[in-house]
Amino acid sequence: MISCIVKTKIKVFLAFLIALVVSFGAYAQGESEQAEVSQKGVTPGATEGAAAAANTSGLPIDDQAVVTAGDALFKNNCAVCHSAGSDVIVGPGLAGINERRSHDWLIRWIKNSQALIQAGDPEAVAVYNEYNKQAMPSFNFTDEEITAILTYIASAEAEVAAVPTTVGSDGSQTPGEGVGTDAIGAVGGYLDIILVVLIVVLIVLVVTLLLITSLLKNYLNANRKLNEYDNEVVNQRFDFSKIYKSKAVRTLVVLIFVVVLLDLTLDTAMGIGIQQGYQPRQPIAFSHKLHAGEHQINCNYCHTTVYKSKSASIPSANICMNCHSQIQTESPEIQKIYRAIERNRPIEWVRVHNLPDLAYFNHSQHTQVGGIECQTCHGPIQEMDVVYQYSPLTMGWCIDCHRETPLNTEGNGYYDNLVELHEATSKGAFTVSSNGGTECYKCHY
Amino acid sequence: MQDRIKYWRGIEELENTPEFAKHAHNEFPEFLPVKETSAESSLGGKTKRRDFLKLMGFSVAAVSLASCEAPVRKAIPYLNKPADVEPGVANWYASTYYQNGNYNSILVKTREGRPIKIEPNPMSTLTPYGTSPGAQASVLGVYDHNRLRTPLIGGKEAQWQQVDNEIASRLGNVTGKVAFVSSTIISPSTKQLINEFGSRFGNFEHVTYDANSASGLLSANGGTVPGYDFSQAQVIVSINADFLGTWIAPIPFAKQYIQNRKVSAENPTMSKHYQFETHYSLTGANADIRVPIRPSEEAAVITALYNGITGQGGGGEVPAAAADAMAAAITELRASQGRALVVAGSNDPGTQAMVTAINRALGAEGTTIDTNAPFYTKQGNDADMIRLIREMNAGTVGAVFFYNSNPVYDHPLAAEVVSGLERVPLKVSFSDRVEETSQLADFITPDHHYLESWNDNEPRRGFLSLTQPTISPIFLTRQMQDSLLTWSGSNTNYYEYIRNNWRKVATGDFNQFWEQAVHDGVVENGTTMLTVNNTFTAASPVAKPVSAAAIEAVLYEKVGIGTGDGVNNPWLQEMGDPISKATWGNYVAMPRSMAVEMEIVQGDVLLVTLANGTSMELPALMQPGQANGTVGIAIGYGRKSDMMPVANGLGANAYPAATVVDNTVLYTGPVTLEKTGATSPIAQLQTHHTIMDRLVVQENTLAKYKENPKEVTEYIRIATHEGPAKPATISLWDDYEYKNHHWGMVVDLNSCIGCGACSVSCHIENNVPVVGKAEVLNRRDMHWMRIDRYYSAVEHEEKDYATMEDPADNPSVIFQPMMCQHCNHAPCETVCPVAATMHSSEGMNQMAYNRCVGTRYCANNCPYKVRRFNWFAYFNNDKFATENYMMNNDLGKMVLNPDVTVRARGVMEKCSFCVQRVQLAKLEAKRENRRPRDGEAVSACAQSCPTEAIVFGDMKDPNSRISQILYREQGERAFHVLEELNTQPNVTYLTKIRNLA
Repeated sequence: MISCIVKTKIKVFLAFLIALVVSFGAYAQGESEQAEVSQKGVTPGATEGAAAAANTSGLPIDDQAVVTAGDALFKNNCAVCHSAGSDVIVGPGLAGINERRSHDWLIRWIKNSQALIQAGDPEAVAVYNEYNKQAMPSFNFTDEEITAILTYIASAEAEVAAVPTTVGSDGSQTPGEGVGTDAIGAVGGYLDIILVVLIVVLIVLVVTLLLITSLLKNYLNANRKLNEYDNEVVNQRFDFSKIYKSKAVRTLVVLIFVVVLLDLTLDTAMGIGIQQGYQPRQPIAFSHKLHAGEHQINCNYCHTTVYKSKSASIPSANICMNCHSQIQTESPEIQKIYRAIERNRPIEWVRVHNLPDLAYFNHSQHTQVGGIECQTCHGPIQEMDVVYQYSPLTMGWCIDCHRETPLNTEGNGYYDNLVELHEATSKGAFTVSSNGGTECYKCHY
Repeated sequence: MQDRIKYWRGIEELENTPEFAKHAHNEFPEFLPVKETSAESSLGGKTKRRDFLKLMGFSVAAVSLASCEAPVRKAIPYLNKPADVEPGVANWYASTYYQNGNYNSILVKTREGRPIKIEPNPMSTLTPYGTSPGAQASVLGVYDHNRLRTPLIGGKEAQWQQVDNEIASRLGNVTGKVAFVSSTIISPSTKQLINEFGSRFGNFEHVTYDANSASGLLSANGGTVPGYDFSQAQVIVSINADFLGTWIAPIPFAKQYIQNRKVSAENPTMSKHYQFETHYSLTGANADIRVPIRPSEEAAVITALYNGITGQGGGGEVPAAAADAMAAAITELRASQGRALVVAGSNDPGTQAMVTAINRALGAEGTTIDTNAPFYTKQGNDADMIRLIREMNAGTVGAVFFYNSNPVYDHPLAAEVVSGLERVPLKVSFSDRVEETSQLADFITPDHHYLESWNDNEPRRGFLSLTQPTISPIFLTRQMQDSLLTWSGSNTNYYEYIRNNWRKVATGDFNQFWEQAVHDGVVENGTTMLTVNNTFTAASPVAKPVSAAAIEAVLYEKVGIGTGDGVNNPWLQEMGDPISKATWGNYVAMPRSMAVEMEIVQGDVLLVTLANGTSMELPALMQPGQANGTVGIAIGYGRKSDMMPVANGLGANAYPAATVVDNTVLYTGPVTLEKTGATSPIAQLQTHHTIMDRLVVQENTLAKYKENPKEVTEYIRIATHEGPAKPATISLWDDYEYKNHHWGMVVDLNSCIGCGACSVSCHIENNVPVVGKAEVLNRRDMHWMRIDRYYSAVEHEEKDYATMEDPADNPSVIFQPMMCQHCNHAPCETVCPVAATMHSSEGMNQMAYNRCVGTRYCANNCPYKVRRFNWFAYFNNDKFATENYMMNNDLGKMVLNPDVTVRARGVMEKCSFCVQRVQLAKLEAKRENRRPRDGEAVSACAQSCPTEAIVFGDMKDPNSRISQILYREQGERAFHVLEELNTQPNVTYLTKIRNLA
């Protein structure tokens, strides 16, 4: 606590002395950056990659409804073991699957792969053996649903073909940095260096000038006979005591001191209870980077209620066991899950995001209705080995977003009339707050 | 209005006693007894300045230290998540509540596997709209930490295995009669199981008795309660039957009754309701004409009615005061052949036989009495129980089981029960706690709470319903039926037993039928399963002890507390009596004339001596409308069990005042009253505040309404230079524009019967704390929604002897549910210095607790007095650990609504229009890409109202029910309370219409 105060003190003091000029620009820059990011953050879903190439299988990849349906099905059911590209996660990457296998074969395989293997289908047996005899579970899909999934895979290929840099379709979208700015100040690290260099230059400059003055004075005193008036000018002695005895200076110093102290107190007080960056050690070294980042598992696969409930829900051990009954079973971290199941005691994770009890937050309102990406609030979760609190989760942060974010009204019958009413009376965007989203009763009851 | 109606809230206001006058103009009492009540706490008492500074310094330091490191909070997921439980999403299960006559088909709301709220089951035709207060509050019972956690043998904790072995061996060599004593059982399977259990004993009897018995009614009607249908009746005469509050099946009756009481300009007809009664009951409060009679006059009144209907002259001397009403009732009854119904609450078989004859003469059978569908909610036979008590005393009973019955407490022959039990070798009680009877038992094998149980019900012939568990048993209890199955050596569990039983009535594929039945909760296709064993002897009149001079006591059930089931429930205690508004305890309700005569003032403790010489001490309460020469005492109080801490020590047990005459229990008896000199204040919810003669409630007569529906409501006009104008047209304020929703509420004063279910429902839904008797006395009750009860009487202009009678002798009662009016021009919003209360874009008056600093300016400025202040932290506070246990122990806290904040000390709170439900309904609509449908967002009070008196909805939606009502009633019955203040409330009331000329 003490050290943090001292550090802040120095920082603020320095900033106060010098950065009057510099920080103005920095703040302005920070703000524009933030605004830009939140604009970006709300665009739901990935950008539409329009490309009809590589569609040789006759699947309706232009039918957006089918693709969207397939997307959802794929992420919720297949993405755990398969990528839509060529990466091997557990099972093979599915890029080009529509060309490699016949449609009917795929339907039969997805519905019940074991039956196909036992029937001695050569392709089925080959795949089974190639991937360590890992059985693919049977899925109770209709033919239409399987077609939708395959269509989605085909359309993903087409997108990859069009935009070669895209890795996946979801989760790879970086939501930018600095959505939640530091409450203390936006002074970046490089500014410190510039400050130091500037101070050094200044000191050198002052010393040089003083040396020159004294040199010139000595020369004049030694070599010239000066009259009384000139002598007074040259040998003028600067009375420092006059400065610190001056009322104006004293007042100014006291004022500066008070202002700095006040600012410091306010900043510290505002920071109380904010746990931004909180990164507790978890009982099991679960890595989001591995699961959500490398393996591209959809968030919804484990956080099952994120689209349905106020709580996103921490996955129960049986969800882990969907995969880890087969994969990495010997890992000491996975063994912890096994032990929990054996002892019949749930795993006690440490809660990272703690909203106060007085605030009501509903995930489904933001994800399902608002179309907000998880990363908008949770940050680059796909890059986190250990999860930390990315956003400040303060009321100001919530309100800011509610003020700036246009509502995701498209195709939602709830908003039809409201959008028209809003457009008739106001020119601005139809934001959350223009629909009452900053009122007390939206979050506090 | 024909005559000016004077309203008052209590006798104090009518009499304008000096004490009342002192407090009336000072709605926030000067005395703030914080010091007295929290002298031991460090923050109260005599705090010195230095201590204050020290404390302040310490708290600053503590806060800054505490803020450095946030506490580590855990997030604990399921180990193996059940498929149908989604954290944060409520699940609903259809089930059935039944407790000593009080039947309700219900939906149970569960969150993360915990039942947290009871709502009515709209699939039921008996109770589709609402619930009783008791059903609402029953959800707390499952989290009562005072329930037994294991079976007891001789008062010591034991294992089930041990209990089973001992009981089996002792049952094996039992000699004499085996008796199973229960209150009314409406479960067909349970009844069958009890009989099967008994069949292995040579001498077995299942004795059914009810604490508040309807034995007389049953014996006059062949063992069942006639299938009354109040919805068919145009004229209703009730003699001491509180059928809307406590009698037989109040919630189904209320639903029937109200169908003929709702009026509109198109259909200005309503039934006419006469009530002859002793104690002011909820039903009496709803009657058009109420006449106080003494219990000893009851037989005469019914005889007169019988003679009048059948045209036989003579017999039955009606008291002078009742003569006019009686003559009118007879005329109207005779004019409505086949559309009339007479009911009586008496337990005298002779009286009931006469009522049956009257109904027969009126052609009620087949019209207002459905002979095919009698009620089964009361089956107790007094004579059987009295015989069993004698047999126990004679030593011929070898074993006795008590299920849902507590005769040592609630039987008038309790002393004989105690002595009889001493001679019974094996006594088993299924009670969930150690109480009066079970403490004398050898074994207590605690039963599950009903929310943990499977069961079936048949409250009325042809109306089946199921009870299903909504939580796995919390303690090591076992359902009574499973215990019986175990002791009879069966391997099936009770769930299988019910299923097997239901196969008999299933149609089509059984599994499909069963799934549907469990889902709906009800099967109402006319199938019947229950058998009633008719052991009633023919009805014969019971001689009554009458002495003209004696004070007659009449025992009555309080709505909510019932026969004693609700007594340990803080919500029901704090709800208060609908008429007297008294909470936390019983009292001697007496007419004012008696009090004046005996120089008794309210709160004086009286020694009540009964005919048998025993006595009890209770405070006196002046009850307007109580018949002269009588007192009313509520049953259900006077518990002395450590396992009922809420009820322990409240009031006195009134059951001994009941008299046993000729094998019949009569709930009246002569008493003598004597002042003890002590006083004990009665915590009433509504004597404080005065309405200062302002126009708050409105009522009018049906005759006037038929004449011109536009003249029944008085609208206040403000004088302007252009003539009188509506207050709303003169405004300094800008009006709000509602684009999206505009939530509002309509309360029909004609439909409100005053039962209090809304108030309890609001408490549960919104985590409103219960404050206990001491704080109610300090006027700090926390009800967000209260039902104001106003007494009224017409102040006649002419002063003849008859009308100069004191209006307080028999005033009318009008109920007015009162909650935050969500004013568009809210006086509270403008005075809040920190903007903690403000208006929403959907018409709600919002209250942000975390912004409130507790100045209480808003409450001061609220003309409706609906804002409540948190004087204490009611959670985690030992001071409230008993009364408010749902916020003070881990188990009790499970009942709290997780979507609503528990408020801290020092903040204001009030009705929020159940914003959490509104928000959820909107969210569900958004998720499904549509507008919310009418009826999806419904406040807790509106949902639990058994008579649909409260309608909540979006006034912006022209097709919603509320918009339709407002459109229809505008300028007729619709009015705003205190309209002249131009607060423009979003709550509209509809004028009450009485069926009077």
